Amino acid sequence: MTGPAPAKTSRRLALGFGAAALALAVVACGTDFYEIPIETPIQPKLDVSAFQRVLVAGFVAGGSEDVDTNQETVRLLRSQLRTKSQLKVIDADIMPLIDIAQDQNKAANGEETNTAANGSSGSSATAAPNGNSNGTDHGTAQQTVPLPKSIKEEKDLEPYERLFANTAYWKKIGEEYQNPLIVTGTVLFVPHSRSGMVTRDQETIDAYGRHRVIPVRTYMERKGFILRPKFVFIDGRSGATMYSESHREEILYNAQQNTPALSSYFELMDRIVPDFLSALSSQKIRGTRVLLK
Amino acid sequence: MHATRATFLFVVALAMASAPVFADARSDARAQVEFGINVAQRGLWREGIYRWEKAAQLDPGYAAAFNDLAIAYEHEGQLDKARKAYEKALELDPNNTQIRQNYELFKEINDRTSAGKDKP
Repeated sequence: MTGPAPAKTSRRLALGFGAAALALAVVACGTDFYEIPIETPIQPKLDVSAFQRVLVAGFVAGGSEDVDTNQETVRLLRSQLRTKSQLKVIDADIMPLIDIAQDQNKAANGEETNTAANGSSGSSATAAPNGNSNGTDHGTAQQTVPLPKSIKEEKDLEPYERLFANTAYWKKIGEEYQNPLIVTGTVLFVPHSRSGMVTRDQETIDAYGRHRVIPVRTYMERKGFILRPKFVFIDGRSGATMYSESHREEILYNAQQNTPALSSYFELMDRIVPDFLSALSSQKIRGTRVLLK
Repeated sequence: MHATRATFLFVVALAMASAPVFADARSDARAQVEFGINVAQRGLWREGIYRWEKAAQLDPGYAAAFNDLAIAYEHEGQLDKARKAYEKALELDPNNTQIRQNYELFKEINDRTSAGKDKP
């Protein structure tokens, strides 16, 4: 009955000595790694030192009718730039870029028709839509491509791209506002739904009353939105595009959940705004790393 | 037979003689690394860079020195140098999970800085 007891005791003693020796070794050697917080500075993608002011002009926007994407994007970017950049934000009326592009297109078409009627191939055929003959970066043939009046999907935005290449137009806007940096572009905010198998964590309580989280694959219908902004940065002195960047973010909710479109828009813009700001001003990204001995 | 034994003894003797040299280089480098950690913890990252660069020179096979150097470069915004130092550290110690984790976190930031940019 008492036979195994000394063996157990000696094993426990051995384990105890082993643990103590290990602890002593750790103390003697000290720790070999140190977690340390760091802040990584990110240089701005654009050199904006030549500008003191920024004009968020407006966007060619479309998609959901529940959100005025042009107005909301301009307001959001202006407020972000006011607090997080060195540039002075110009308060100006938001430009209805779709209407402006339509007018430019009509003007270009009119000029082309006149030219064809006159049978001449003179300078009027290549004149800029705003009447400046020096500024067009594109031919008349490109000007006459019809612009869709309502923007519902990505391909509807493509014909509007030439608006940003119209250096004469943007130079004129730049002169009007004392040569600022101009921010413009396109924004598409569309409803989106997806159904299929998804993995989600399900919390259960077992026979012993313990909480357990088990991944479960279930069929789900989800709906939400996709936000696709393209930011175009234009030099107000020359009207030329300095830089552009495109983003795509999507959010999906359970089909039964009723989330307002505007909330989804802000949730998605929240993810994109840091990247937008990092084009203009330096940012610091906080994190932790492990230093080794 | 005698020649083989003599060569063997010579190699062993050479290895034994050079071992303290390597040990010295590693212990000197280790001292620099430790000092670097100490100053970096007080926010003196530039001094840390100086120490870890010195450690890497003293012992070019010391992965920890390159890892720490990479972190300091990252903190100073010298992202190209940071990437090179991380890659060197991983080359020296490819199975070190801590270096790999640091590098993955660094890459996430580095990728973010170039994300979204449209091709001209």
